[in-house]
Amino acid sequence: MSLDIVPMVLVTVLTAATPLVLAAIGELVVERSGVLNLGVEGMMVSGAAAGFAVATQTGSTGLGALGGAGAGLLLAALFGVLTVGLAANQVASGLALTILGLGLSGLVGAGYVGMKRDPAPQLHLPGLTDLPGIGRLLFGHDAFVYAALLLVAGVWWFLWRTRAGLALRAIGDDHTATHALGLKVRRVRFLAVLFGGACAGLAGAYLSLAYTPFWAPAMTAGRGWIALALVVFASWQPLRVAAGALLFGGATVLQLHAQAAGLGLPGQLLSAVPYLATILALVLLSLGRRRGGSRAPAALGRVFAPSR
Amino acid sequence: MRLDLLPRARRSPWLDLLAPALAFLGAVLIGGMAVAALGVPPGQAFLTYFAAPLSEAWSLQEVALKAAPLALIATGLAFCYRANLWNIGAEGQFVIGGLAGGWVAIAAHGTQGATVWILPAMLLAGAGAGIAYAMIPALLRVRLGVSEILTSLMLVYVAQLLLDYMVRGPLRDPQGYNFPQSVGFDDAARLPLLMEGESLHAGVLLGLLAIGAAALVLARTLFGFEVRAVGASPRAARFAGFSDTRLTLSVFAISGGAAGLAGICEVAGRIGQLQPEISPGYGFTAIIVAFLGRLSPPGILLAAIMIALTTIGGEGAQIDLKLPLDLTRAFQGLLLGLVLGADVLTRYHVRLVPGGTSARVKPR
Repeated sequence: MSLDIVPMVLVTVLTAATPLVLAAIGELVVERSGVLNLGVEGMMVSGAAAGFAVATQTGSTGLGALGGAGAGLLLAALFGVLTVGLAANQVASGLALTILGLGLSGLVGAGYVGMKRDPAPQLHLPGLTDLPGIGRLLFGHDAFVYAALLLVAGVWWFLWRTRAGLALRAIGDDHTATHALGLKVRRVRFLAVLFGGACAGLAGAYLSLAYTPFWAPAMTAGRGWIALALVVFASWQPLRVAAGALLFGGATVLQLHAQAAGLGLPGQLLSAVPYLATILALVLLSLGRRRGGSRAPAALGRVFAPSR
Repeated sequence: MRLDLLPRARRSPWLDLLAPALAFLGAVLIGGMAVAALGVPPGQAFLTYFAAPLSEAWSLQEVALKAAPLALIATGLAFCYRANLWNIGAEGQFVIGGLAGGWVAIAAHGTQGATVWILPAMLLAGAGAGIAYAMIPALLRVRLGVSEILTSLMLVYVAQLLLDYMVRGPLRDPQGYNFPQSVGFDDAARLPLLMEGESLHAGVLLGLLAIGAAALVLARTLFGFEVRAVGASPRAARFAGFSDTRLTLSVFAISGGAAGLAGICEVAGRIGQLQPEISPGYGFTAIIVAFLGRLSPPGILLAAIMIALTTIGGEGAQIDLKLPLDLTRAFQGLLLGLVLGADVLTRYHVRLVPGGTSARVKPR
C-alpha cells in the first residue's frame, strides 16, 4: 500500500500541472509573436463554462473540450481585432478580456451551477497501464494530459524546426524589420492569438470536465495568471514551461496534502502558497538572470501599425 | 481587403469625445441584443439599468457611495497607467487598507478618550497600509526587474486570504457567536453621516477631495508633468533627467495609498466592522473606470458615476427583471474593450484598402 502513494501523488501533480501547461504553452506562442495577452484568465474561465455546458448538453466530453477551446478562441479573436487590428493597448485590452470573460462565463454557466458529471475517462492501455509502479503514472491518464504533452512537443518543433516558426519568432523580436521583409506581421500575430485562446479555453475545459468535474463561478482561481507567470519563468522556452508547470502543480498538491494532514498551520496560509510561490519564482528567476539580460521577445507588448 | 492605420499628426478634441461616445453606443447596442436574447425587452432593461437608479433618493445615494471608491482608486491608478506602469493589484491594496484601518478601530474598541484621534488614525493606517502593500511590486520591479503586473495581481489573492484569516482568527468578535466577523466599530470609529438617517457618509467627500487634489497635481505640478512625459516617451524623459526608480515608487505609492484609503472608508463608512469580504471587486472595476475616464480625473469621475449607475441598475435588474448580475460585468468588460478599440480613431487615420495585400510605396 505505502509503495503506491508515491505514484499516486505524482499522478495528482501531473493533473494539477496539465491546465497550467495547456494555458501557458498557448500564451508562449502568443508572446513569441510579440503580443502580450493578459486575458488568459478570462479565456480560461470561459472555456471552463462553455466546455461544461457543451458537454452536459451533448453528453460528450470530447465535444465539451472542443466547445471550451472554441469559447477561448472567440474571446481571443476579439482581443486580436482590438490589439492587432486596431493597435489598442495590449495590457488594458487583456484586462478587459478577463473582466468580459468572467462575466460571460457567469452567464453561460448560470444554469449549470451545482451540476456534476463523470470526470473525463482515463485511458486504459491493456498491458501498459497495468505495469507495476510506472504503469498508472505513464499510461493511465485522460486524453487532456496527453494532449498537453503533445502540444508542448508540437510547439517546440514548430518554433525551432520550421520556417513558419522562425518567422513567428522573428516577428516577435522586430516587427518593423520583418514587415519590411514582407512577412505578414498582423496575420501571423492574429493566428498566434487565436491559437493561444484555443489553448486557454481547452485548459479551462480540463478544469470543469476532468479536474473537478463541475462548474463553479470563477473556478480558475487565478490559474490563468499563474500560467502567464509560468511563461516568464520558462524564459519563453516550451520545454521549460512543462517543467515549470510540474513545479507549480507540485506546490498546489503539496498545499492540499498539508491541509488534509492538518499541520496546524492556518488553511489560508496554505492556500496562499501557489501565489507566493509564483512571486518567489519570478524573483529567483530575475536574480539568476541579472547577468544575461532578459530573454523576452524584444517587441513584446509593443503596438505595431504598418506605415508605408 | 486591408486595414491601414496612418498615425495622426494632431489629436482632435472632437474625436477624443466622439470615440468613447461611440464605444458606449456600441456596448449599449450589443448589451441590448444580449438582453433581448435573454427574453427581456431591451427598452425596459435600459430604463432599469440607467434611469431607475436616478429616480429615488436612496438609490442616488447608493450610486454616490459606489462611485466614490471607484473614482478614488481609479484616480490613483491613472498616475500609474499614465507612466506606463501596470499596478493591477488595487483590489489587494484596498483590502489591506481596510484590514489595517479596521484593526486600529478594533484595538481601540471600548476605550475611553479614543474619540477624537481614532478616525484620523484609522484613515492614516488604511492609506499607509495600502502604500506599503503597493511598495512590494514596485520595489521588486525597480530592484530586480520583476513584472509588476503579475506580482501586484498575485498579492490580491494573498491579501484576501490574509483578511479571511484575521477575521476568522485573531480579530474575530469573541461575543459574536462564532460568526466570522469582528466587533462592530464604536461610533467614534465610524465615518460620520452627511445627513441624519441617510446612508451617505463623509467618505464620499473625502474621495472628491482626493480626486480634486490629484487633478491639480497631474495638471499643474512638475511631478505631474514627469508622469505624463515618461508615459509619452520613456527615452526622452530619461534624457531630461527624470528618475525611473523614483517615479515608479511614487506612482505606486499614490495608487496604493488611494486604494487603501478607499478600503478603510468602505469599512469605516458603510460596513462598520471587518468581514471576510469587504470589496465587491472595487479594485478591478476601478481599472475599467480609469480607462473609461481616459486617465484624466474629470473623466474618471464621470466614468465612476456611469459604472456605479450600471452596477446599481444591474442589481435592480436582477430583482425586477431576473437578469443575471454577471450581465453587468460582461457589459463593463465589453465597454472597456470597445473604448480601447475606439481609441484607434483618435490616434490614427483608419483606411480600408480594397484588394491590396502588401504595402507599396507609390511612385511619384
